[in-house]
Amino acid sequence: MSNENSTINQIENQSVPCQVKERKEPHAVVSRREFLKLLGGGILICMSPESILALQERGRQFGREEPLDFNAYLHIAEDGRVSCFTGKIEMGQGIYTSLAQMLAEELEVPLGSVKMVMGDTDLCPWDMGTFGSRSTKYFGPVLRQAAAEAREVLIQLASEHLRLPQDRLEAHDGFVLDKNNPDNKVSYASLTKGKKIEKNLEGKPPLKPMSDYEICGEPYERMDAREKVTGRAEFAGDIRLPDMLYAKILRPPAHRARLKGVDVSAAQAMKDVKVVQDSDLIAALHPTPDGAEKALGKITAQFDVPDEKLDNQNIFEHLVNAAPEGNLVDQKGDLDKGRSLASDTFEATYLNKYVAHAPLEPHTALAKVEGDKATLWVSTQRPFGDKDTVAQALGIPAENVRVITPFVGGGFGGKNQNQQAVEAAKLAKLAGRPVQVAWTRKEEFFYDTFQPAAVIKIKSGLDKQGKIVFWDYMIYHAGERTSQVFYDIPHHRVFIRGGWGRGASDAHPFSVGAWRGPGSNTNTYARESHIDIMAAKAGINPLEFRLRHLEGNPRMKRLLEAAAEKFNRKFEKAPSGRGFGISCVDYLNTYVATMAEVEVDKRTGKIQVTRVVCAQDMGEVINPEGARIQIDSCVTMGLGYTLSEEIHFKGGQVLDTNFDTYELPRFSWVPKIEAVLVQNPDLPPQGCGEPAITNMGSVVANAVYDAIGIRMFELPMNPERVRKAIEQA
Amino acid sequence: MEKTIFFKLNGESTQMTVEEDRMLLWVLRTELGLTGAKYGCGEGFCGACTVLVNNEPVRSCQFPMKDVGGKEVLTIEGLAKNGELHLLQRAFMAHDALQCGFCTSGMILTAYSLFLKNPQPTRKEIMETLEDHLCRCGAHTRIIDAIQTTAELKSEETR
Repeated sequence: MSNENSTINQIENQSVPCQVKERKEPHAVVSRREFLKLLGGGILICMSPESILALQERGRQFGREEPLDFNAYLHIAEDGRVSCFTGKIEMGQGIYTSLAQMLAEELEVPLGSVKMVMGDTDLCPWDMGTFGSRSTKYFGPVLRQAAAEAREVLIQLASEHLRLPQDRLEAHDGFVLDKNNPDNKVSYASLTKGKKIEKNLEGKPPLKPMSDYEICGEPYERMDAREKVTGRAEFAGDIRLPDMLYAKILRPPAHRARLKGVDVSAAQAMKDVKVVQDSDLIAALHPTPDGAEKALGKITAQFDVPDEKLDNQNIFEHLVNAAPEGNLVDQKGDLDKGRSLASDTFEATYLNKYVAHAPLEPHTALAKVEGDKATLWVSTQRPFGDKDTVAQALGIPAENVRVITPFVGGGFGGKNQNQQAVEAAKLAKLAGRPVQVAWTRKEEFFYDTFQPAAVIKIKSGLDKQGKIVFWDYMIYHAGERTSQVFYDIPHHRVFIRGGWGRGASDAHPFSVGAWRGPGSNTNTYARESHIDIMAAKAGINPLEFRLRHLEGNPRMKRLLEAAAEKFNRKFEKAPSGRGFGISCVDYLNTYVATMAEVEVDKRTGKIQVTRVVCAQDMGEVINPEGARIQIDSCVTMGLGYTLSEEIHFKGGQVLDTNFDTYELPRFSWVPKIEAVLVQNPDLPPQGCGEPAITNMGSVVANAVYDAIGIRMFELPMNPERVRKAIEQA
Repeated sequence: MEKTIFFKLNGESTQMTVEEDRMLLWVLRTELGLTGAKYGCGEGFCGACTVLVNNEPVRSCQFPMKDVGGKEVLTIEGLAKNGELHLLQRAFMAHDALQCGFCTSGMILTAYSLFLKNPQPTRKEIMETLEDHLCRCGAHTRIIDAIQTTAELKSEETR
C-alpha cells in the first residue's frame, strides 16, 4: 500500500468525520464519536452494512445472500489489547471462541490477547441477532477482512517506525518484524501508542490463505470453558444488584384466559413482600426467589377460560382447514405432463407436532430503571430487539435503554422473543428497585414460541424406469426452508401455506417461531421419507435411488458417496430388516448427508439409534473441531423431535409443564456419532449450527422402515405411536 | 420456622438462620452468593441444581435447609483447590464437554461423587449415573469422554 492512496484517517483533536450514515431507525447505536471517546486511542476498524455492501459490489464474495444485518468494531488499544465489539451473543454455540480465533489468525496476535465484547447495546454497534447459523458464515469473513486491514495499518505504521519499505515487513504474534532480520521488530502496542486511527472496512488486503493458518482449525479450548467449569460464568439469573427483588408473576391457566378477579391481600400481608400491579401484570416481589414464589401462592385469582376444542389430537385437521392462501416456492416443467408420464403414483401426508425449545436456562431478565433510563441483563439472542421492545413498553427513548447479555444458557431460536425483559422493566419501574424475572419451567413451556405443528402433503410419480417424473409438494405451516427441489425431477411444484416467521398464521393456539433449523426439520422429514417410499416401490436401494436422481447435483452426489464410504454398510432394497437409514439436505447451501442404524423393539415400540454417520459440506471449514461439536449437538438434540418431543395441549392450556412429560434426549439415547467433514475450500464458510439436525427425523424414519417395514408418517416416533403403527400394519 | 443451621460449605464452617423448609438452591444462590448451581426445572428432573451433601449428589431445588444441618455441602465453587482445577474440570475443558454451560456444574459434581465411590467406572456406569442429568445442547458424548478420560488419568496417577 503506498502512502498516496492510503485511506487512513488520522484524527487529532478534531471532530470525527462521520463516515457511516447515522442510522435513523429506532435501533440507532451509540454514535461512533461517543464510542471513540469511550475507547481512547488506538486503531478502530468499523464494519457496517454500508462497508460490507461496498465489498460485495467490488466482487468480494461474502456468502450467497446479502447479510446486511450487523455492524461491528475491531479495536486495537494504545496498549496493544485487541477487542471486538459485536452484538452477537454466546449461547453455547462457541462463537465467543471461534470469532476470536478468526480475528487473532488474521491480525497475527496470540488468541489470549483478544477480547470479545458481545451483546452489550451500549458498547456494541447494532446487530439484528444471533440466529440462523449466520455468525461464522456472514460475520466471520467480514471480521477477518477487518483484521487484515488492521494488520495492514500496523504494517504501514511499522514501515515509518522502522524506516523500512512495507514489503520487507510482516506481522507475527503481536509484532511487525523485518523479514530479513526478525530481531528488528516493533510491538503492536508501541505502534498504536498515541495514535487515533479510524477507518471503514475497505476489503483491500488479501486474506491469509488457509494453508498458513496457525490458530483457526487448531483444537483450542473454549475461551469460556474455565468460567463454565468453575461455576463463575455469569448468566442473567446470576447477576446481583444492591436492593434487588425477585418477581413471580401471576399467570393465566390458559392462553386467551381473562382475569376476572384477584385478591392479593394475603400475599401483601406477608413479611418483606411487595405486590405490584400494572393492569394485567400482577407480581409478588421479595428479596429471595423462593420468597416471591411463596407469596405468589397466596394470591388468589379467577379467570374466564374460553371453551376451546382444539387439542394435540385434532390440531392437524384444523391447521389444514385454517391455512393461509399461500404462494409458490419452486416450480419446473408441467405437473400435468409429469402425471401423464407416471406409471406409479404416490400420495402421502407427513405430520409433526409442536416442539419446545426448552433451553436449560429459562427466560431471565434483571432490570434496573432509574428515571427515564433502564439497564437490563437479559438471556437473549436479540439484545437490540429487546432494547427497542423495552423502550416502547416503558415509553422512553431507545437510546436510554441498555441491554447487556451475559452468557446465555441455550437459545435454539427460543430467545429471539423476550417478554420477560419487558416484565422485569415494568416491575422494576413500579417497585423503584431492581427486579429479576426468571421464568419457572412451567412458564417456559407456556410462553415458548414453538416449532409449529405442520402438515406436508406430497404427490409424486415414477415412470417405468424408476425415474421420478413429478413432485407436487404442499406445505401447511412448516415454512419453506429446504423445501426446494434439489433432485432431478423434470416436473415439480412446491407450494407453501403458512410458516414460522413473521407470516406465521394465527391458526395456531399459541406462539410459534424459529426452532433450530426452522422449517427444515419438517420439510426434510417429509421429502426424504417420500423419496424412500418411491425407492422401495421401484425396488432400488435408497442410496442408489438418490444417486440416480442427483446427476444434476454433483456436490450432493459426492457428499452421499463420502457418507456411504464412512458408513461402510451396503444399502439394500428396503425393508432389509437391518435398520439402515439415509437422508440428505441442502440447508442454506450447507449440504448434509446422514446415515443411521437403528434397533426397534417391536413389543415396546422403542427405537434405539445406535450409530449415526453425518457427512457435511459447509464450504471452507474454519474450525473442524467446532464443526464436529455442532454436528454431535445436532444429532443428539435432533433425537428429541424425532423420538419424544411434542407439546400436549387442550385449548389454550399447555399440559406439559416440566421434563417429566416433555422428554429431552438422555445419555442412554445417544448413538455413536461419526462426523465426516468434506473439504470444499472453493466455497466460503457456510453455516454449521443447524443443518445437521434437519436430517434426523427422516434418517431415523427411513431406518425404522428398513428395520421393520413400517412407515412412520408422524413425528415424534414415540413408543406408543410406533406400537400403534405396528398393530395397524 | 426460622432455625439456626450449622453446616460445612465448601470446607468452611457455616452458620445461618433461615426458614428451615427453604430449599438449599435458593439459599445458596441468594444469601450465600454461590450461583454455580442453577435452576433448570425446580422439580428435580434436570440436575442443573445438583450439589453434593456428604458427598452424595442431591437436587438442591428439592433439598430443604433443615436436612443440611451438620452436613458437608460441596458446590462447584468448592471443587478447585487453591486455584488448582480438579482433574474433572480440566477434562471437561479439554474435551469441549460443555456448550452453554448451564448443566455443567451438576454434571461435574455428580461425576465427582461417582469417582469417590468408584474410581474406575466403565463408560456404561458413567452413562447410567448421568442418565437423569439433562443437557439441551447435546454435549453428551463429550461429557462421557471427559469423565472417562479422567478415570483413565486417575488410574495412571495411582499406578
